[in-house]
Amino acid sequence: MRWIVLPLLAALDPPMRAIQRRIGIERLAYVFLLPTMVIFGIFSFLPTALNVWISFTGGSSTLVSTRPFVGLDNYAQLLACESIFVPKSCPVAGFGFWTGMWNTLAFALVQVPAMVVVALATAIVLNRKIRARGFWRALFFYPVMLSPVVIAVIWDWVLKRRGILNALLADATNAYNAVLAWLPFQAEPVAAFQPVNWLGDANSAWPFFWVVFVYSWSHLGFFMLILLAGLQAIPKDLYEAAEMDGTPPWRVFARITLPLLMPTLLVVLVLSLIRAFQVFDEVYVLTGGGPGTATRMVIQQIYETAFVSEPKLFGVAAASSVLLAGIILVLTLVQLALSRKQAGG
Amino acid sequence: MAAVLRFLTRTREPGRLGWTDILAYSYLVLGVVLILAPVLWLFVSSFKSQRALIESDPRFLPYEQVMVTLPGSTRPVGLVEWKDKDGTTRILAQIRPSGTDVIVADPAKPGETFAVPRRETKPHERVHVRVENYTEPTLEGGRMGTFYFPRYFANSAVVTIVATLITLTISSMAAFALSKYRFRGRDTFMFLIVATLLMPATVILVPLFVVVKNFGMLDSLWGVIIPGAATPTGVFLLRQYMLTIPDELIEAARMDSASEWKIYYRIVLPLALPALAVLAILSIIWRWNDFLWPLVVLSHSENFTLQLGLSSFKGEMNDATHYLLAMTVLTLLPVSFVFAFLQKYITTGIANTGMK
Amino acid sequence: MATLDLVGVRKSFGATDVIHGIDLSVVHGEFCVFVGPSGCGKSTLLRMIAGLESVSAGELRIDGARVNELGASERGLAMVFQSYALYPHMSVRQNLSFGLENIRVAREEIDRRVAEAARMLRLEPYLDRRPGALSGGQRQRVAIGRAVVREPKIFLFDEPLSNLDAELRVRMRAELGALHDRLGNTMIYVTHDQVEAMTLADRIAVLRDGRCEQFDRPLELYNAPANMFVAGFIGSPRMNFMPAKVAARDGAAATLTLAAGGRVRVEAVTGSAAEGADVTFGVRPEHVKLVEAGAGDADMHVNLTEQLGGESYVYGTIGDGHEVTARLPGQTRVRGGETVGMALSKSTATYLFGKDGRALKRGAANA
Repeated sequence: MRWIVLPLLAALDPPMRAIQRRIGIERLAYVFLLPTMVIFGIFSFLPTALNVWISFTGGSSTLVSTRPFVGLDNYAQLLACESIFVPKSCPVAGFGFWTGMWNTLAFALVQVPAMVVVALATAIVLNRKIRARGFWRALFFYPVMLSPVVIAVIWDWVLKRRGILNALLADATNAYNAVLAWLPFQAEPVAAFQPVNWLGDANSAWPFFWVVFVYSWSHLGFFMLILLAGLQAIPKDLYEAAEMDGTPPWRVFARITLPLLMPTLLVVLVLSLIRAFQVFDEVYVLTGGGPGTATRMVIQQIYETAFVSEPKLFGVAAASSVLLAGIILVLTLVQLALSRKQAGG
Repeated sequence: MAAVLRFLTRTREPGRLGWTDILAYSYLVLGVVLILAPVLWLFVSSFKSQRALIESDPRFLPYEQVMVTLPGSTRPVGLVEWKDKDGTTRILAQIRPSGTDVIVADPAKPGETFAVPRRETKPHERVHVRVENYTEPTLEGGRMGTFYFPRYFANSAVVTIVATLITLTISSMAAFALSKYRFRGRDTFMFLIVATLLMPATVILVPLFVVVKNFGMLDSLWGVIIPGAATPTGVFLLRQYMLTIPDELIEAARMDSASEWKIYYRIVLPLALPALAVLAILSIIWRWNDFLWPLVVLSHSENFTLQLGLSSFKGEMNDATHYLLAMTVLTLLPVSFVFAFLQKYITTGIANTGMK
Repeated sequence: MATLDLVGVRKSFGATDVIHGIDLSVVHGEFCVFVGPSGCGKSTLLRMIAGLESVSAGELRIDGARVNELGASERGLAMVFQSYALYPHMSVRQNLSFGLENIRVAREEIDRRVAEAARMLRLEPYLDRRPGALSGGQRQRVAIGRAVVREPKIFLFDEPLSNLDAELRVRMRAELGALHDRLGNTMIYVTHDQVEAMTLADRIAVLRDGRCEQFDRPLELYNAPANMFVAGFIGSPRMNFMPAKVAARDGAAATLTLAAGGRVRVEAVTGSAAEGADVTFGVRPEHVKLVEAGAGDADMHVNLTEQLGGESYVYGTIGDGHEVTARLPGQTRVRGGETVGMALSKSTATYLFGKDGRALKRGAANA
């Protein structure tokens, strides 16, 4: 590796030396910043500006200059509802958008607290005096490394109608009944287990549950790690002092651990909210948004409006992104403020 | 095994395993089962035969019915087990079904066929690890309909390696400027880089697509590589690290007549190696696992990355689960290996930067 | 042959001036020390000479040629940093040769110079080690070696000994002196330690608040300080200062009345110490002689004595609580609480400063 990279870098020395001689050392900093800033300019700032412009234009042209200006038309399609809480009362585009939006919101509100609580519990357990902490920590983190597609394939395979989960539940029911029959007293056996179509049953909450579960399964380790780092930053002598005072464990948690962990916990909460609002990959590959629209998230709606549907409604998709961007923007600003406060304090 | 168990369950104060310890270890074991069991099940299933997969054989090991080719026949037939009247189990070749019976024959005496009730037979099986699930889509031409694993793998490898090299180079250059120079506008640049956190690709999907299209990078790997090559996370991570490199080292190199570029690649880069390694690992994971952006940019299956290929294969080929599972295992193997060898580095790196 | 001239050199960071116009000429082969309290601008001045800081105004000349616009890499100087600033990822050998590679010196020449420097600085056994595996003194020698191999016009040292323990510091100080004798290069050395300055320097520049208070040979600074600041800075313990009034002039001599009580006679006074002028009388602790109470020029109330065996310090107050210190050779029987007399006039090593702090004595006051 270094035999490839070093000569390449060395080859750049003469031109950089010439530039340095021409503009001086201090201004060379701009040259070092140039590649990053050019990419940010073209692929972050320019698209952000374009996003707003495209949201005011119609048609399916990708040449910005040829797109007709339609004013607030796209936004009207999204917002002209009798009630945004009832997506059916909206125009077609609005129906999709608000369905996705409410699904995403429900997803975020269920997934974030559930995952953060489990991540916190895991971090607390891992922060105890346990053997092989690194081993356990690594195992809990492992799913973070896996791609959304791989995760979807794994869980699809586990959850399919004739999959291992149903088989195990059926076995468990049978075994339970067998034990009951073996007991000296009479007990009512439970009914034989009927396989559940976990991801496909439109009349149950199971698909939504599993989407939340699988997403949390794959992201838990990351937040657990941050919380664990936060826990380990709490001075040990505080705990020792509490032990000397004979403070009961729950009180130690409530009066020492939780308050001192609060900054980290807040960052974790906001960060996981930001991510939850951008949920797409895992859900899209696992359920495709189905059954029906049960797990259809707002990013999927934007993606399909722009790139799958015919005609391609770039304007509507852009308008949807602008609305979503508002939410992400507020959350990110909160997160940056929290991080800064944490770093400062 | 007992030693492993003892090692894992030993507390810091031996002999004092309180109920909270038991609770803690139970929690950990349960968690690990929840995390590892599905992956393990995928791994085991990927070695099963197509038939076992279609029938969703829930057994752990890959069983497969033993097949024989009887003399005078070209078609292999399956073996079944059948208990005759005296209770001995006979292994018979199943020749053809006949109503509720099957016509069978002893493989030793293929001429003498007779009928047994189908209900009384069960397939004669052996454990067979089907490596073919792996070799057929990879080594032997590899084109399964539109699925072309070697190509996808190569595309993913190119995207991951090239993008990571670009990210490391330009992020370290920017971080060097921001940590080691005093220049007008430095704070503005810092602010602009933070500001990009407010515009994740998911939110600017449409205009990003438009820009990439106008640059002629649509449906090319460059279109996947370039837009994400600059990352605020990367710049920050490296800048924080470079701030810990003493300024006197830079000045010493200046006194040693080194050019600024030489200071960058001979002094600062080698000293920032730990941070570069963390960023490299992060970038490899991001790029290898990336899905939405390649999905938008790439349209011809020739250009697909592994994640795209796998996801479209999952959608299309319901009867090729054996290949799907095997290829999924191949897809998760590289990151798993990276993780196995570097997990300490990765977990501490991420815990310290607080970013993914 | 390298001379260094500073002509009206100034430095400002934004609106704040840190160097207020310094004029200095360092001749070839001279060991010149910049000394002063922290924050006096001595390190900034050195870094300006090195080319690591820009010059806001004035001119910097090396061998008579203006170098203001040249970068650090183009001035042909070498610097030893306070923290040594060795490249931690390179071996000692690479540390020594890095600078030579940058100016494209031939490989054999690099090897020759590295070998020579290593021999001179006794670094041969460590050439293939990384700096992290070396002791403080060894690192220091590598840092010096890195400067030596460059064969620079001028060596610059930025408090090079301050990270060493006391014993090693004395040894390295001697080695640096020997190095200068052997190489004969011009050297500029920054320190806040007056012992280093006095022992190493051919000439010392005493800096305060970005101004050069005096630039002279070490003993000149001790014997004939230009002002109260230099007088107080050079010498340990500090010179005793006592407010006084000129009571009478008698040719070049003057009789002073000390504000704390007592009279002193001072020789070789300049004309500006007119009768009735407010002045400050100075005497170094080592020149104070203790006599019977009432027998000297003034009486001291002793607070504390410190007996070091070979010498003794007597701390006390005169008059309304003005502090004075006396340093006596050998041991003393004076105890805290006693009152003793101080013979000041008998000493020729007395100093006189005007209201503005300038010295009011002519020529050297020899001890």
